[in-house]
Amino acid sequence: MSKSNKPIVWGPFAAGGTVTAFITPILALLALFAAMRFSPSLFTYEHIHAFAAHWLGKLIIFGIITLSLWHAAHRFRITLFDFGVRADLVVATILYMIAAIGTVSALFSLLSI
Amino acid sequence: MSERQIQLEVLRYNPETDSEPRFQTYTVPCLNEWVVLDALNYVKDNLDTTVSYRWSCHMAVCGSCGMMINGEPKLACKAFIHEYPDKIRVEPMMHFPIERDLVTVAEDFITKFASVKPYLIPKEDKPVSAGEFKQSPAELMKFKQYTLCINCMLCYAACPQYGLVPEFLGPAAISMAHRYNQDSRDGGRDQRQEVIASHEGVWECSFVGACSEVCPKHVDPAGALQQVKVASTVDWYKEHLMPWGKK
Repeated sequence: MSKSNKPIVWGPFAAGGTVTAFITPILALLALFAAMRFSPSLFTYEHIHAFAAHWLGKLIIFGIITLSLWHAAHRFRITLFDFGVRADLVVATILYMIAAIGTVSALFSLLSI
Repeated sequence: MSERQIQLEVLRYNPETDSEPRFQTYTVPCLNEWVVLDALNYVKDNLDTTVSYRWSCHMAVCGSCGMMINGEPKLACKAFIHEYPDKIRVEPMMHFPIERDLVTVAEDFITKFASVKPYLIPKEDKPVSAGEFKQSPAELMKFKQYTLCINCMLCYAACPQYGLVPEFLGPAAISMAHRYNQDSRDGGRDQRQEVIASHEGVWECSFVGACSEVCPKHVDPAGALQQVKVASTVDWYKEHLMPWGKK
């Protein structure tokens, strides 16, 4: 038996799981507030834009988006396997491709701010 | 002491003569304090001597009497009659071939368990005259919980992943490897990693957590496996991104 290369995908999956567990509920709440036209001055467009324009803000947003994407991709891969979809290589390729596209587009969107 | 009649449905199967398993029902007068194992022993002693099942200690230490009780993996000696309805169904542990009636073939588990080297591999060879290997209470706490495993295999019967992928090394074997890896006196981690960090090792685990739910000794194999995953991931990054490091 040789050592598995699973850590490549499990590392971002575990990190993404931790990040989403803490951050996603807050983001959902903030989005809900914004939808209800309730945005305290700290969360106005200008403030959020300024946050996203700063290099540290970019890094944080990039981390949250990409880790969540890789987490979701891996979780969905396992879920599909458990539901009986045994074409693991095809499933993995498609899902990780989506995560990779999301990663690249997040990178370019953030850099263009 | 109050008495209660229960209907004990026992799965009967002799692979040499029967084409398929069937259920046989026995009416057992149970005392309220009884466990399911007592009911089985009553059947064996008074009603039907041909029923086959494993048991030994009757006190959740030997790990022999694991079986499915009303669909859940349990030790028959720890499953109290008063917690069950009047009809109790006992079946052999899931995911294992049946040897006869409630007795399962444990070979797969035994081979896998042995493959992780579940024994102390000392860091340094030390003559007896040099004295004992000292260990602090804090060092003991790191692995003590995992020493409580009695190899009852209930975690294998509960694990859907083991049912799906029979090659999976499984909860008890990996948590026992973790027990020795965490031991301050042990130096065998590299040897065990070759087995448990493989694809059929810890990476087949999808963290369902059923193993920890059914464990009669509260070993928490699922927790051990998560720790093994984190440690194996750190290993992987060290080996691939920092090849100038160890080895």
